[in-house]
Amino acid sequence: MDAKQIIAKRVALELKNGELVNLGIGLPTMVADYLPEGVEVILQSENGMIGMGHIVSGPHNRNFTNAGGTSVTILPHGACFDSAFSFCLIRGGHVDGTVLGTLEVDQHGNIANYMIPGKMVPGMGGAMDLVTGSRKVIVVTTHTDKSGNSKILKQCSLPLTGVACCDLIVTELAVIEVTPNGLKLLEIADNTTVEEVIAKTEAPLILAEPVKTFSTN
Amino acid sequence: MPKSKLTTLDEFKALLKDGMTIMVGGFMTDGTPEQLINAVVESGVKNLTLINNDGGYPERGIGKLIANGQVKKLIASHVGLNPTVAKLMNSGEMEVDLVPQGTLAERIRAKGAGLGGILTQTGLGTLVQEGKQVVESEGKKYLLEVPLAADLAIIEATYADKFGNGVNIGTTRNFNPLMALAADKVVLGTYKLQELGEVDPSSVTIYGVLVDHIVQIEEM
Repeated sequence: MDAKQIIAKRVALELKNGELVNLGIGLPTMVADYLPEGVEVILQSENGMIGMGHIVSGPHNRNFTNAGGTSVTILPHGACFDSAFSFCLIRGGHVDGTVLGTLEVDQHGNIANYMIPGKMVPGMGGAMDLVTGSRKVIVVTTHTDKSGNSKILKQCSLPLTGVACCDLIVTELAVIEVTPNGLKLLEIADNTTVEEVIAKTEAPLILAEPVKTFSTN
Repeated sequence: MPKSKLTTLDEFKALLKDGMTIMVGGFMTDGTPEQLINAVVESGVKNLTLINNDGGYPERGIGKLIANGQVKKLIASHVGLNPTVAKLMNSGEMEVDLVPQGTLAERIRAKGAGLGGILTQTGLGTLVQEGKQVVESEGKKYLLEVPLAADLAIIEATYADKFGNGVNIGTTRNFNPLMALAADKVVLGTYKLQELGEVDPSSVTIYGVLVDHIVQIEEM
């Protein structure tokens, strides 16, 4: 498996049967493909749907789309609604969990994923509401960027999407919990070592006792 | 029945003026009445302030108005799928106000509901907080977000009757019902125009009492 698949498969273990979950576009969407047998979650899409199914290839069907504007199926238990209701679900604490990609995340649970000033300005879309209102915020990212710099920082440098809002960080190397005392290394991938994870993480890590291992197969 | 709301594309163009604030329904152009956007392009009106979920695509939805230099300011939550927006934003040619999606929806709804604003925790401690009042309520801090109004709303219904009672199929609903409440004039584009009584009253998502003009449009 590549890094994204490893992350998606590990995050899938965090979701409980029957939970209402919002998965961001891209890597987070892949999580749905790795749910263990017996676990089904209800997917919420902020453009106005619960019970989202899978991406549909072929001609664009504008009547049923995900938040990236891509056609999707809707499951038999699904329902559609307007944007105000969609964010009532999100802000009102009715969404059990959200999985988001990021540019930066830090030891305080801050997340920065919506702009690089002067360069890239996608905008926050629904992310600021999701990190504020979701009961559980799971951040997924490769452990380092393409140049090998840690994505898990002491302090985010980019404009924040949310303050002290992240609960769990999952990378291809580690599962890290955000605690009031700092970041706690819960698990490492079966192809790395605690020393390597510490070396590749800018923020200090508290070690769980014991640090468990997760599968990369 | 009041006078007919049925409007031609030319009559719709006559409603457009330079400097208007226009709300446009749709999410990544799904739920956006593309043919009405084309009419705004053809009208050539300038210095528009647009309120939309996003920036559309470079050649689709409100992206066409942006590419045509008709937009002075865009208020949206996500502009990542239209690179022209970032280009014009960074060069200073177009002002862009990025608003969290839930806050955008609720500010539009606040105007339509006659509320003086809404309190939300979304954006606390971020750039979104800049210049805004922080209000404490029941021991928690919130941002005061003010209502968003428009001169005109351009919205769609998949089908509608001649009074403007319309139904949005699936996820094309998004911002359309909210915008119908928040603008001085509401123009509804619909793909299938039905007689009175043909739209199930319990299924209505766009309420005819809010609609001033109805234009029968085609998918494009």
